[in-house]
Amino acid sequence: MAAPSATLATLPAGPAVNPVAHWHDRLAQGLLLICCAALALFLLAPLFMILVKSVQDKDGAFVGLLQFQEYFATARLRQSIWNTLWVALVVTGITIPLAFTFAYALTRSCMPGKGLFRVIGLTPILAPSLLAAISFIQWFGNQGLLKDLLGGVPVYGALGIIISAIYATFPHALMIILTSLLLADGRLYEAAESLGTRTWRKFFTVTLPGAKYGLVSAAMVVFSYTVSDFGIPKVIGGNFSVLAVDIFKQVIGQQNFNKGAVVSLVLLLPVLFAFIVDWIMQGRQQSQFSSRAVPYAPKPKGWFDALMFLYCLVIALLLLAVLGMAVYTSFIKLWPYDRSFSLRHYTFGLVDAGVIDSFFNSLRMAFLAGFFGTVFIFGCAYLLEKTRGMSGARAAIRLLAAIPMGVPGMVLGLGYILFFNHPDNPLNGLYHTLTILVLSTVVHYYTSSHLTAVTALKALDAEFESVSASLKVPFWKTFHRVTVPVCLPAILDIGRYLFVNAMVTISAVVFLYSPDTRLAAVTILNLDEAGEIGPAAAMATLIVASSTVVCLLYALVTRVLLTRTQAWRRPAAGL
Amino acid sequence: MQPSPAENSAPFLKLDGIAKSFGRFQALTGIALAIRRGELVTFLGPSGCGKTTLLRIIAGLETQDTGTIIQDGKDISRLPAIRRDYGIVFQSYALFPNLSIFDNVAYGLVNRRKGRSEIDARVAELLKLVGLPDSGDKYPGQLSGGQQQRIALARALASAPSLLLLDEPLSALDALERVRLRGEIRALQQRLGVTTILVTHDQEEALSMADRIVVMNQGRIEQVGTPREIYETPATPFAADFIGKINVLPAVAEGGGRFRVGSRTLAVARPDVPSGTAARLYLRPEDIAVHVNGSAPTGVNALAAKVTKVEFLGAFCMVGLAVDAFDVPALVANVPRQAVDAGGLEPGAVVGIDLPPAALRVLG
Repeated sequence: MAAPSATLATLPAGPAVNPVAHWHDRLAQGLLLICCAALALFLLAPLFMILVKSVQDKDGAFVGLLQFQEYFATARLRQSIWNTLWVALVVTGITIPLAFTFAYALTRSCMPGKGLFRVIGLTPILAPSLLAAISFIQWFGNQGLLKDLLGGVPVYGALGIIISAIYATFPHALMIILTSLLLADGRLYEAAESLGTRTWRKFFTVTLPGAKYGLVSAAMVVFSYTVSDFGIPKVIGGNFSVLAVDIFKQVIGQQNFNKGAVVSLVLLLPVLFAFIVDWIMQGRQQSQFSSRAVPYAPKPKGWFDALMFLYCLVIALLLLAVLGMAVYTSFIKLWPYDRSFSLRHYTFGLVDAGVIDSFFNSLRMAFLAGFFGTVFIFGCAYLLEKTRGMSGARAAIRLLAAIPMGVPGMVLGLGYILFFNHPDNPLNGLYHTLTILVLSTVVHYYTSSHLTAVTALKALDAEFESVSASLKVPFWKTFHRVTVPVCLPAILDIGRYLFVNAMVTISAVVFLYSPDTRLAAVTILNLDEAGEIGPAAAMATLIVASSTVVCLLYALVTRVLLTRTQAWRRPAAGL
Repeated sequence: MQPSPAENSAPFLKLDGIAKSFGRFQALTGIALAIRRGELVTFLGPSGCGKTTLLRIIAGLETQDTGTIIQDGKDISRLPAIRRDYGIVFQSYALFPNLSIFDNVAYGLVNRRKGRSEIDARVAELLKLVGLPDSGDKYPGQLSGGQQQRIALARALASAPSLLLLDEPLSALDALERVRLRGEIRALQQRLGVTTILVTHDQEEALSMADRIVVMNQGRIEQVGTPREIYETPATPFAADFIGKINVLPAVAEGGGRFRVGSRTLAVARPDVPSGTAARLYLRPEDIAVHVNGSAPTGVNALAAKVTKVEFLGAFCMVGLAVDAFDVPALVANVPRQAVDAGGLEPGAVVGIDLPPAALRVLG
């Protein structure tokens, strides 16, 4: 047969092929559209309402940038911008080196107790950010044990915000940096050693470049967290004004939604900036790690290991001192006068005062968010990665899933009030329900969960769906027989992540709760405002305890799963 | 060479005018091909030539922009994958890691509402067929790559599809396992008589397994033929270059079956081209007759050549031969090891060679 030499132009252009969509495909595409619509409705629409409100006056008339002009004309509000930024920069500048050294010790030394240090390093994640603020008030406040240590500088204000935020952001930075250090390629170290490279040079030429992206990512997360956090400055900030508290004051204090929207947009900017920097860096990172990388195995070095152990011990004790003080406060009669053991903060302060319901609300909310959030997020990621067609909707979902990371909780929460409390919105029945709290929490923590799901799904063979189609097996059957079982560890991880965050979240939900759906973290805030530090500490302790139980359950279930139902993983682990 | 199935039966699979582009990249252009019932056809070409895309279009995993596909007399051009009749094996095996070997093979059967005992029997039969009768309780991760690929094959054959598609099934295996499985797959295919398309970039695999080879390049079909046809009479320079080693001599036609190469004129048996046309002569290394021990070449294209190098390759040696009259780098000839030893072939030696006119092939 001769080579077909006809050029494109001379080929008879046949009719374009219009494939018959099987109803299975149509079903998948329909579900995908529903996911896309849900994200648009519960993420995009509320954010859009903020934009609209910011250019309107109280009566809804368009006023252009007048609200912004008024805002920037107020010196105190301008001061908030500066306060927010410099505090966040200081927190970032301190937390990142602290967490890096800690992670470095965990991955590059042979010190004892690594597992324990790692767990202690991550404990702050289980606590609401308010806990740190309460604890530091107990340590350094007006009646604090170590008040004199501050040399007369009041803890209420920038100082208190900074130390509390360092405590709260430490585990987030630690997790990211740990991952990037663990990914390092041991062969690079062997190469460096074979060239006789000195220790400090290895650090600067191999370790730091390898962890660069993790460091940037961690810095952006710490910065965003501090800028967005509302609980810490509310409790320990005193008269030191920051943007997140300004939004709260505008919306709750003055019922000025328009001004609140303006402050939201101002708050959105630095977070969005950090988010974009991180996004760009992540894009560059991909080529860095080859699949052939060999994990680095540290060798014992006496003095270095001792030094690292000492460092981790100090940090761990400090972290425990913060958590411990809150727990201790909850179990004593009256700080600082009567320090005898008592359960009265729990029995009298929480149960008899009728605020214990908020703890059960939180539990219910966290379970619902953990369950339905995981179902939706994993299902949506599955449809996104493993089905075909609807490329427009796919691109939209990818973008929408990335947005929540760049949106502070306060901004999302305000958007929810504006959108769902609007009298013309047919969904305004949701307002003040537990449902809306669940929805806002899932959306707020969507991005990380989505990335976990996508990563797990991408690790599966891309041809499972093709094989299933060739075997005439509908996609949902392969989804439940193969995809879900294989991805179960990631699915449980998403559920745990959503649960723990739902237990501690305050920024998005502080605008959305009703007296019947008040959450534990909100109650801490209210108790603290009322001067009820003991019950507030008791509530914080309950949150930590329940999150700990869920994390232990998660660890147990994953272990059982990995050893029993996922027997197939064992031989593969050695490969 | 394997006996070809009946030559004149109606094609089992017929592709016509298939074209596919991804954005601005034209992946396939004007693909027309007829595959007979029961034959094993390989799509052979370098990566990016469109062979896998074509296979996926036949499977319904991609949709062609234009063109029709007729399978067993039925137009399947627009059908979704799930409504076509084929089994497929991928390079990555794509076995479900959390399911036992039994469940993997039974995966498509269970869905067809077959009875438990019927499924058990069928799976046992298939596992025996691929030579792994006792592996039903194991998991994919406990098998070697070659064993996993056999299971993937069993799974694809489970529902007795009329068409078997193999997408680079041996590429992930080591050399020994590859050769062994090559023979097994071919024997199994012939035993079952299932029409099979094998995508590969490995010419040896294509030559050894195929009834017919479809040589593809840059989204087009270069040549379709039996392995011998492709090897002995390549239709295009690409087909000549891609399959096996070949010497290329730039030449100008002088008419009467004669071509000028450098300062020499060579006789070529066929085909002829008009005088003055620039052409290229192609010659397989094993077709060059090297005369050792001073015996003189006797053919019409007898030449003197100087040995530039001798590379030992096991059964034969690759000998570099510089011909002064040619303005090309040294020719390459394959000479049996014994002949090299006996004839004292070593760099610097001058030998007589013959370029048989019947072995020289003229291509644009």
